[in-house]
Amino acid sequence: MIEAEKLTKYYDKVAAIEDVSFTVDKGEIVGFLGPNGAGKTTTMRILTGFLPPSSGTARVAGHDILTDSLQVRRRIGYLPEAVPLYTDMKVAAYLEFVAEVKGVERRERRRSIGQIMEKCRIVDVQRVLIGSLSRGYRQRVGIAQALLKDPEVLILDEPTVGLDPQQIIEIRQLIKELSGQSTIILSTHILPEVSMVCQRVIIINDGHIIAVDTPENLTARLQSSAKLLLTVDGPVGQVEEALTRLPGVLRIEPKDEGKAGDAAVSFIVESERSRDLRREVSRLIVDKGWGLLELRPADMTLEEIFIRLVTEEHQEVRG
Amino acid sequence: MNVLSIFKKELRSYFASPIAYVVLTIFALLSGYFFYSLLTFFSLNSMQAAFNPAFSQGLNASEWIVRPLLRNIAVTMLLLMPAATMRLFSEEKKSGTIELLFTYPIRDWELLLGKFLAALALYAAMLGISLLQLLMLRVFAPLEWGPILSGYLGLLLLGMAFLGLGTLASSLTENQIVAAVGAFGVLLLLWVIGWSTDAAGPTLGPILSHLSIINHYDSFAKGTIESKDVIFYLNFTILCLFLTLRSLESKRWRG
Repeated sequence: MIEAEKLTKYYDKVAAIEDVSFTVDKGEIVGFLGPNGAGKTTTMRILTGFLPPSSGTARVAGHDILTDSLQVRRRIGYLPEAVPLYTDMKVAAYLEFVAEVKGVERRERRRSIGQIMEKCRIVDVQRVLIGSLSRGYRQRVGIAQALLKDPEVLILDEPTVGLDPQQIIEIRQLIKELSGQSTIILSTHILPEVSMVCQRVIIINDGHIIAVDTPENLTARLQSSAKLLLTVDGPVGQVEEALTRLPGVLRIEPKDEGKAGDAAVSFIVESERSRDLRREVSRLIVDKGWGLLELRPADMTLEEIFIRLVTEEHQEVRG
Repeated sequence: MNVLSIFKKELRSYFASPIAYVVLTIFALLSGYFFYSLLTFFSLNSMQAAFNPAFSQGLNASEWIVRPLLRNIAVTMLLLMPAATMRLFSEEKKSGTIELLFTYPIRDWELLLGKFLAALALYAAMLGISLLQLLMLRVFAPLEWGPILSGYLGLLLLGMAFLGLGTLASSLTENQIVAAVGAFGVLLLLWVIGWSTDAAGPTLGPILSHLSIINHYDSFAKGTIESKDVIFYLNFTILCLFLTLRSLESKRWRG
């Protein structure tokens, strides 16, 4: 559905993105992950035809973004990062305007706007000026305008930024509901969001794509060992020593979370990747008469993966 | 179709902001004052003519009221037109709404035309207000409708040229003040450039006179419609809109 080919964009002489190529299949939800300033917004603006690439091109639904921009724009719904809306218009009037310029049939308009307002839960603010809406409502109006005319491709730039936790959950739910109908690209710098919503992740840093994979595969690929998080009520030195002697344990890393006067200590126990040491560890603790407070597998979070990937890349560049 | 949508949206936002009300009110105030002062001056002279018939030579409402009134309205437009056009593109750039607008399936010329026509509609409303005064005058004095109609056609064309330049200025900056002051400055310069016609010599003189944006209005005021003047205003407007279109497109290749 989306094919980007060696997209490069220079602002003056600084490259915002360089040789960015990727494809997104029909119906997929793909997350664009990267720190601020990595080139997410630039890439999205290029795909929507708002910015021209310095070189390279992309096709959306088979139409070239440069030579066939109008056809591309007919097929996308776009939510820019800053959610720029006409603050002097009322919600319903604004959506009416968007429906008109997007070419929603006159007879369909009312019904289609009503449906989308319901989906985005903005029915009760439809007569309110956009300028007096809260950030969360504005975001939803922004998503609503993107959804009009049932676009084949949805491009959402940081759709959950600036929202409260409840709203974030609602928006994520909404995006999940949309999967299947539309192909969705969304950008974020919040890692859990990607693993929750997206089927595939494109990690971008400093204008380069450094990894493209499913969240699960990324975790598996970068995890060389299995990790357990263990919290024990017992003497630190003895616990550590006993654990080291346990067969299969590679490394023990105390996790400094205990407050002063608190007897409980936490460790990260690393073992060979294929071995599950939970039984052995728990038996050991119980046999020694210490208190076993917590024991769970500690998977690498996307944060760690991200940091790992970024540092790896830096090492490559230096080496 | 898109032109109509943009037109409606722009017109609505004119009236959602104070701009339309301020511009219309100030226009009504100024043109009302012009009308009042011209009318009292005319009636004073008419009274004198009653005692001294020599005064009544060439004393008629069209010459004494209508023509100067329309000319004064043209001067007022110098100030009000830049105020009417300054927000057209600048505001969208400043608030970022242009990003969404440019990613909707709207052609650049549809966007431009919709916005330009909305500004023109606001201008037409102003002319409508001034026409009410003439209808009022019609009750007291006989009027020649020929020069009035040609005068209004001239005002319409002049206003289009003003709006065109204002639209261009607005597309070049995201600051509304800069757009307004820039448009006003250029329009004023084009207005006064005709003053130096006589001093400029036989080659430069006619060029300056032709460039002068108000000189072309004179024929309309006298009640004649000269094609060269109509063409001047239309050309001026089209050139401005063409340059605006280029300036909008440049967004796509300049980034």
